[in-house]
Amino acid sequence: MAAIEILGLTKTYQVGFWRKRPKCALRPLHLNVEEGEIFGFLGPNGAGKTTTLKLLMGLVYPTAGSARILGCEVNDPRMKAQIGFLPEQPYFYDYLTATELLTYYAQLSGMAARDRERQVSEVLGRVGLPDVGGMQLRKFSKGMLQRVGIAQAILHNPRLLFFDEPMSGLDPIGRRDVRDLMEELKNAGKTVFFSTHILSDAEALCDRVAIIHQGELRGVGAVADLTSSVESKVEVIWRGNSVPANVKTLAANCHVTGETVRAVVPETSQEVLIDALRRDRLRIVSVTPIRTSLEEYFVQKLKPSEAAAGVRS
Amino acid sequence: MSSRIPYIASNTFREAVRDRVLYNLIAFAVLMCGAAILVGQISIGIERLVVINLGLTAVSLFGVVIAIFIGIGLVSKEIEKRTLYTVLSRPVQRWEFIVGKFFGLAGTLVVNTFFMAIAVFLALLYVSQRFQAADLWVLAALYFIILQFLIITALALFFSSFSSPLLSAVFAFSLFVIGSFAEDLRGFAAMAQGATRWLATGAAYLVPNFSSLNVISSVAHGQAVAARLIASETAYAIVYAAMALCGAVLIFERRNLK
Repeated sequence: MAAIEILGLTKTYQVGFWRKRPKCALRPLHLNVEEGEIFGFLGPNGAGKTTTLKLLMGLVYPTAGSARILGCEVNDPRMKAQIGFLPEQPYFYDYLTATELLTYYAQLSGMAARDRERQVSEVLGRVGLPDVGGMQLRKFSKGMLQRVGIAQAILHNPRLLFFDEPMSGLDPIGRRDVRDLMEELKNAGKTVFFSTHILSDAEALCDRVAIIHQGELRGVGAVADLTSSVESKVEVIWRGNSVPANVKTLAANCHVTGETVRAVVPETSQEVLIDALRRDRLRIVSVTPIRTSLEEYFVQKLKPSEAAAGVRS
Repeated sequence: MSSRIPYIASNTFREAVRDRVLYNLIAFAVLMCGAAILVGQISIGIERLVVINLGLTAVSLFGVVIAIFIGIGLVSKEIEKRTLYTVLSRPVQRWEFIVGKFFGLAGTLVVNTFFMAIAVFLALLYVSQRFQAADLWVLAALYFIILQFLIITALALFFSSFSSPLLSAVFAFSLFVIGSFAEDLRGFAAMAQGATRWLATGAAYLVPNFSSLNVISSVAHGQAVAARLIASETAYAIVYAAMALCGAVLIFERRNLK
């Protein structure tokens, strides 16, 4: 059984005050996420990632289409007892202490009274906040609030986790901790669906990813499969302090540094370039294949100008 | 009752307490002390009447202000701050959230009224040196005031389920003022003719009838409150508040939480 089945989910908002006009936030989205996988939902800012998550959480209603989570309808309370959700830039009741907040969420999740105290304390330790349970949340930093957000999502030991930009606001150590936690969750048999625009995180963690842009699904699959579809490139370095004219036609972007020249060319042009360098009696220093990253696939799926604005790697 | 409603209600109560809403009790205590001392000096023979009138009117106004200004933010603040997302992503139905919020604020107002009632009785004891049997009817007046709070809280929640906090406050306060003159509105409707009569009668029965829930004046004069009136007003307040809550739930169930 798929953990998440999305069948043509569509969302159109009406914008404008006097003259309402439709704005499509999500075009018909079809997507399946299998149980036990870490699934990355990637896209630049405003692509429709948060809208999709809100639709799956039942916070907004779809204009068309439907979704099933763990085999249940989106608003089924039995299903909601088995999922955890971390919203983007979470904000909590700041008059509560971390322990009070998590105890409240444990009550709402239907956790037995005898387990609450132990589970709250355990989960605070798991997200690296073992000593601040008694502190009011209004005194927490952004990174600490993000950790509390993760704690409330995993508190009731859910089968399926939805994280909206989980690395947001975290320092490098915090990001590493979250990556480790997600690996742990996967090893424990949980399914993790997370949205991000930080591609290196997705590449390091995900079994599969989907790329969404302007509310439209642009690609879905395993990272290796997606990147293999991008044309491979090689880096060629040779001795010299200028670029011969016949080489310039083969490699447009050549960089001269001291006594060496570096060029990156498509793998298909590699042999022609090497032959040209040999004809000019230039000494080749190295020929290195360049691993295609998810970023290159991502950029290919987006218009270059928009990708540059929305993506950090 | 759903098992989650008490948790939402107790969290709402805790929020009100931690946000220092009960600090209004200090202002109320100062008001009652001042009134008791002043009334003792300037009133001859009507000290009790003045203290009961002043005290119960203050209880009512303090409570209405709290009910409106907290009630209008109960839903909109949770949406604006996005605290609602982590609540509704759990096995919590939207109606449970609304009903829990209602009981939380209603509980806050009952506790607040309890402490204010103590201040009123202490002021009464100060000016008349001893309690009288008729003072028991002050409790009936306080009960009626609580019934008013239930209606106002439900209305504030109703308005906040679809409009901005400012507009919700205007709507709720307007209804409180109009409802305080509901009997006059009904009298006007009876005298009017044609379409005006129909419109005025409709409006008179649509707005909450706070004037029939106001027995402060008669209680201050030592008059009893009939058991039948208590029963009918209780039923009226419960039905009215329930209808306003149902309206809030119906709107909130369909709302997109952007």
